[in-house]
Amino acid sequence: MVRYYLSGNEAIVEGAIRAGCRYYAGYPITPSTEIMERISIRFNEIGGVFMQMEDEIAAICSVIGASWAGAKAMTATSGPGFSLMQEGIGYAAMTETPIVVVDVQRAGPSTGQATRVASGDIMQAKWGSSGDYQVIAVSPWSVQEAYEQTISAFNLAEKYRVPVLLLTEEAIGHLRERIDVVKDIEIFNRRKKPGAAPFGTEERDGVPPMPTFGEGEKALVTGSTHDSYGFRRTDDPLVQDRLVSRLNEKIINNREEIIDYEDYYLEDATVVVISYGFTARSSLFAVEALRAEGRKIGMLRLKTLWPFPDSLKRNIGARANVLFVPEMNKGQVAGEVRKYVSCQVVTFTQTNGEVIYPDAIIEQLRRYL
Amino acid sequence: MSRDMQQYLRPGLTSTPFCPGCGHGILMGLILRAIDQLELDMDEMLFVSGIGCAAWIPSPHFNADTLHILHGRAIPAATGAKMFNPKLRVVVVGGDGDLADIGGNHLIHAARRNIDLTVICASNMVYGMTGGQVSSTTSVGAFTQTTTQGNPYQPFDLCKLIIAAGATYAARYSVTQPFALIASIKKALQTNGFCFIEVLSPCPTQFGRHNQLDTPVAMIKNLMETCITKKKAKKLSPEELKGKIITGEFTNGAD
Ligand SMILES: Cc1ncc(C[n+]2csc(CCOP(=O)(O)OP(=O)(O)O)c2C)c(N)n1
Ligand code: SF4
Ligand SMILES: [Mg+2]
Repeated sequence: MVRYYLSGNEAIVEGAIRAGCRYYAGYPITPSTEIMERISIRFNEIGGVFMQMEDEIAAICSVIGASWAGAKAMTATSGPGFSLMQEGIGYAAMTETPIVVVDVQRAGPSTGQATRVASGDIMQAKWGSSGDYQVIAVSPWSVQEAYEQTISAFNLAEKYRVPVLLLTEEAIGHLRERIDVVKDIEIFNRRKKPGAAPFGTEERDGVPPMPTFGEGEKALVTGSTHDSYGFRRTDDPLVQDRLVSRLNEKIINNREEIIDYEDYYLEDATVVVISYGFTARSSLFAVEALRAEGRKIGMLRLKTLWPFPDSLKRNIGARANVLFVPEMNKGQVAGEVRKYVSCQVVTFTQTNGEVIYPDAIIEQLRRYL
Repeated sequence: MSRDMQQYLRPGLTSTPFCPGCGHGILMGLILRAIDQLELDMDEMLFVSGIGCAAWIPSPHFNADTLHILHGRAIPAATGAKMFNPKLRVVVVGGDGDLADIGGNHLIHAARRNIDLTVICASNMVYGMTGGQVSSTTSVGAFTQTTTQGNPYQPFDLCKLIIAAGATYAARYSVTQPFALIASIKKALQTNGFCFIEVLSPCPTQFGRHNQLDTPVAMIKNLMETCITKKKAKKLSPEELKGKIITGEFTNGAD
């Protein structure tokens, strides 16, 4: 085990390199820029391809091109750049291209407050491109987890042939912490099977093997509706239905394996805080302070945001009657929580560009204890 | 497509989606002839295209790796693949709308970086696929679905633009000049750096019908009249050059 002292943005670079990322393209934007700066230097050392592109659209499309050429490829951005990348994310979902997109969330809408924090892109991450598709999105609460989740983002992208979004926040990106890096980390590489159909499986929810450009497979890749060999079938209802269903089901039907969370003090908890990202640090502090007073409070920390943990009912314990969701947005995850539970869901939102402090959470929670 | 080109076509295809008289089908054959004459290995080639009728030239037809990406974004995708695997011989094929309008910024930046790509722009001076709207290569006064009073804006001179941006090679030919065009494609495929060829390609369906050129023959005749070589152009007065399209190579320092 080796110890480092890094910022969240730096840890993402180290995680990416550990996972095997060797192509990065980006366009500078606060508060994500340190990622591209560090990776450009690190790639010089280890041999990777770095491109500063002319905009975020070019960045994500070049990452897609590199992925088909065999690279584990990544880009990083923030709010406005994330918006520009949405068409590319939809294309990657449709063509089952493994890519990793980091969004170091800042206060929006629009240019907003470039150096200030928010978690305002949770819904954009899921619904930002056109049509019905699935992505995987994870959100770290520490520098250590930024490192680990970057590695798992690559693993998930390769395994499910899907864009994976690392939804971190300015506060994590610029936070400096000690991290422990272990030697043995599982790394997943995409499954190849020359000659096999690259866009279809026997099962309704399978993940097909992926060809690599330049290896004689004559891959036919298109973002238009296509059959299992990539031929455009733009007016066949059956092909359209089968493709869209599989793109969704390959993620949804595997959600037990994809979704990761942590729970705290749920056994007897009547009030449960549901929290993610940086806010979960304050939430846990608040929960522990109230526990020390003997309150029956617990917490569920979502490490995966998409697909959303719809087994929430099971996860929050039998006694929970109030769910409390503090967020640096206007209640994006709280709205999702409401879809899956019948108990009271209380939102606590803050969109002033600052992190939510534990005291504020404690004060609000007292009303329900 | 003649039989000897069959080996370059993806098995199972029996027709193209192009309208009768569309220049894109001619260009498709000429690209394959250039590849055939150079005896290139299709397994080492990657064709990238965006969205539009022209983007269908390589996808699905060419029996090689083909990436049919978003409208306007062929060049960045090609850049990613080429930069990661320099052994790939990467060719971008697209329309004027795709490469010069929505993708115009990528075009000049790839030219500036002088990335080793061959970019073939099938310019029909219109958006064929979406029903015939004006493009950045439509000539002044031409009628389109969105310039019913005649196009008020001047078109890009794409070759000048590309050379000014720093590319190694730029050329312009019409599909009515097949031998010169094949030679130009061969040159681009063999030259390192960013190589750009603007190919004038008739769209009788969406351009011709608004401009008294409704038949494929009328469009071809018109192209043969308006396209003149650099050599011929030198002998003409500015008056005589009006409305003409000058074809040839426009490389750095060559003229
Ligand atoms: C982002 C986006 N905007 C608009 C379109 C609609 N669209 C499809 S093709 C096209 C223009 C194609 O023109 P060109 O590239 O000149 O090709 P042509 O059909 O003339 O060969 C447009 C606007 C699209 N597919 N994507
Ligand atoms: S609309 Fe024009 S460009 Fe498109 S296939 Fe028909 S003739 Fe060709
Ligand atoms: Mg066109």
